[in-house]
Amino acid sequence: MQVPEQDTVPESAARWVGEFLRRRQEQIAQRWADAELFRTVFTVSRDEAVEACKAVLDALSAVAAHGALENVAAPGFGPVRDQLGRMAGSRSRAGAGPARVADEVAALRGPATALLRGEFEDPSSEQAHECVLALTVLMGTLRLVVMETALGEGEQLIERQRQQLLEVATPVINLWHGIVAVPLIGTLDSARSQVVMENLLDAIVTQQARYAILDITGVPTVDSLVAQHLMKTVAAARLMGAECIVSGIRPAIAQTIVHLGIDLGTIPTRNSLADALAHVLRQQGIAVSAGAPVGAVPR
Amino acid sequence: MNPPLAEPPPPPVPVLALGDVLLVTLQGDLHDSAAERLQHDIAERVAREPVAGVVIDISGVEVVDSFLARVLAEIASTARLLAARTVLAGMRPAVAVTLVELGLTLPELTTVLDVGQALALLGRTPSGPRARQGGA
Repeated sequence: MQVPEQDTVPESAARWVGEFLRRRQEQIAQRWADAELFRTVFTVSRDEAVEACKAVLDALSAVAAHGALENVAAPGFGPVRDQLGRMAGSRSRAGAGPARVADEVAALRGPATALLRGEFEDPSSEQAHECVLALTVLMGTLRLVVMETALGEGEQLIERQRQQLLEVATPVINLWHGIVAVPLIGTLDSARSQVVMENLLDAIVTQQARYAILDITGVPTVDSLVAQHLMKTVAAARLMGAECIVSGIRPAIAQTIVHLGIDLGTIPTRNSLADALAHVLRQQGIAVSAGAPVGAVPR
Repeated sequence: MNPPLAEPPPPPVPVLALGDVLLVTLQGDLHDSAAERLQHDIAERVAREPVAGVVIDISGVEVVDSFLARVLAEIASTARLLAARTVLAGMRPAVAVTLVELGLTLPELTTVLDVGQALALLGRTPSGPRARQGGA
């Protein structure tokens, strides 16, 4: 293909392409519906795929009519952003990476360009070249919009999940009157330990808890940073007037702590959550005795 | 406009006697001079009167710095020399976090959740003296 000398697309060509996209909407939509991108997303019915194609073509035509061929943020793309995001999301769930999706969007250019060439009696005229160039630029912009939308969705998802992880992973359980426990699960980083500390201290106030148990059975590894966070939490709880006990240190973690030379001597520790609870109940003078044995009594 | 007057001295922190327990309630900022006066007052009272314990209620304190932490530790050490026990009551979570971040864990102080527990720990219930002996 012969590339025109000037890089900028004349506005008349952009308008012409916009008009062409509107006029030939049906034909292009029919061809696009068979393209991999639409075919794999709208598997239920072909009509649905054609409708989706028409919506995208409407947007492209609006953008071209305004002459904003290279503007990714053009208002014309607004109505189809959601749809493009869903399509990109559906493709990535099906295992297609971003590069693959970009290729699929690029593949939409072929059918449209072929139709555009057919519009001209002399496909090698200068006007034809300008219009093909305009369409090419427009399709490039569409590709960028799809990628941008897809990446934005991904970022939102990650942000939402990060927030959920913070909320879900740090419950404070009221074990007994005046006894709260935090079962820690998963790797502790600074942000999470901060949330754990704040939740625990708040619970100590609201539950009037004199004892707090930090159970680290679900923590896979303890390094010096995690140990430091534990010590800080215990110290803060003590300042507020609650005794803090760490339970559930697994043998491997105990060895790691000793090898790292971390001194947890100031922190009371117990083998398991049950041991810690028993210790605290004893401290409070609460005796738990076994009642009459309960067998499988027929009712 | 008049030139700004010199700041009036902050009012002294009141030290209340509940039986043989001294109750000090700190509110807001503690100025240097007030802190000095408070340390002096407590030392005098503990020495002069038959005081078994000092309860410092800091539930009304929202901001602490190393100065206040040092004052608290000094009060505790002074009282211990005079055979009285100091209990710190009602520290807020944010204050506790700040102190720990500053590395001030106040190991010489006994801490409890509120004044009621402090009195119980010192062997007095809020309703009457000597209702329960010993404490923890």
